[in-house]
Amino acid sequence: MIPGYVPFFVAIWLFLWGLYGIITSRHFVHLIVCVGLLQTSTYLLLAGIGYRAGGVAPVMVTTTHAHESVVDPIVQALMLTDVVVEATVMALLLAMAVQLYEKLGSADPQKTRVLRG
Amino acid sequence: MIEACLRWSAIALVAAIGPAVALTRDPRAQAITLTLYGLALTLLFFVLQAPDVALAQATVGAVALPLMVLLTLARMRRMDRDRDRGDDEEER
Amino acid sequence: MSDRARRIIFFVGALPLAALLVLACLRLPPSGRGGSSYGDVINGAAADERHAADAVTAVNFDYRAFDTLGEEFILFTSVMGVVLLLRRSSEDDTEDDTDDKSANRQAPPTSDAVRALGLALVGLTVSFGLYIVTHGQVSPGGGFQGGVIIATGWMVLYLAGNAQTYCRLASPSLFEAVEALGAASYALVGAGALVAGMAYLANYVPLGPTPSTVRSGGTIALLSVAVGIEVSAGFIVLISTFLKEALAERQDQ
Repeated sequence: MIPGYVPFFVAIWLFLWGLYGIITSRHFVHLIVCVGLLQTSTYLLLAGIGYRAGGVAPVMVTTTHAHESVVDPIVQALMLTDVVVEATVMALLLAMAVQLYEKLGSADPQKTRVLRG
Repeated sequence: MIEACLRWSAIALVAAIGPAVALTRDPRAQAITLTLYGLALTLLFFVLQAPDVALAQATVGAVALPLMVLLTLARMRRMDRDRDRGDDEEER
Repeated sequence: MSDRARRIIFFVGALPLAALLVLACLRLPPSGRGGSSYGDVINGAAADERHAADAVTAVNFDYRAFDTLGEEFILFTSVMGVVLLLRRSSEDDTEDDTDDKSANRQAPPTSDAVRALGLALVGLTVSFGLYIVTHGQVSPGGGFQGGVIIATGWMVLYLAGNAQTYCRLASPSLFEAVEALGAASYALVGAGALVAGMAYLANYVPLGPTPSTVRSGGTIALLSVAVGIEVSAGFIVLISTFLKEALAERQDQ
């Protein structure tokens, strides 16, 4: 395939593997880590969008080199927010997994009953 | 030339370790695989000229996240032990 | 539903999804040509206008500081949520701790090599984290990255020492107060801009010397420190809450 689209295809590949892990999961913690894997596919998508071939990192002492190719800093700020949000979401999910384990006694998501009533 | 090789190998590493994270069924082993995956992503971000994001991913994805996973598993194990002890005491 | 049926249904659904995603991605411009005109404007303006060498930190704490305010409060709220979720269950089984005195439950004491290495690592890691927090506008880094590094340095105390030392040094109420202080100071530094007659979170502190140093960047440095304080304390509280159960059983050593 066209080499420029490789980061996007790898992002889709990771997304599907994360989905597969969630659907065939047998332990809450394994499921939560696969949700994290799903989130990392979005990093790769953003990284692919912001990258400029032959560009350098957006750290410049002065702007005399502004006409050289520099990688996009806005997309990197978005990725940074994405990483922070991943950490917080995983922490909350793990706390909920602990509570579920206490109430149910088993860590198997396929053994949880649907809510009744 | 070398940069292109680095970029391709970093992407290939991420694409290879990602499925390994999903396929590792035991959660304790998965914490180790998650650390490796975090390191591979850090390398990829560094090669794609995003050092800020690489720093954040190295600390969060390779240290804080596996730490939380392992602590959750330790807590679940302790709940198991408490429950077994509670059952033993009821039997007596 | 059996495993096999689950897998078959997944593949039946995933293949069209993959095809749709690939078609959608093919409509994006290919990867090497990326970037937006907004990014070019920022790259051309960050070092001269704001005296900040790192454009990503300038975007996070100056041009888009309001988004970072939301992000920090997301972190704050989720730490609060985790503490609330886990604290309730820990009050239920404190009564079991008095029974747990059997001899084969003691964890082995940490060896001297681990303890020495841990002591060396704590100082190194915390000072490295402080360097990253304060040099956010000079080199890649910033409040968030440095804050997590400081928090992991603190965790080495638990790994290398014993439970009593850690409990004495890591009282949860102190770190919760510090985290709230960090979050509040971010919002208050932004409010200072209102007092100075500019928009909320505008850069009103005098910008420092031009090749970026620790003092340059104006409010970027202040906000970076505020975020560093909040994130480090937040992660320490988070991990301490997860650790509390494991700590309670090692305390009878």
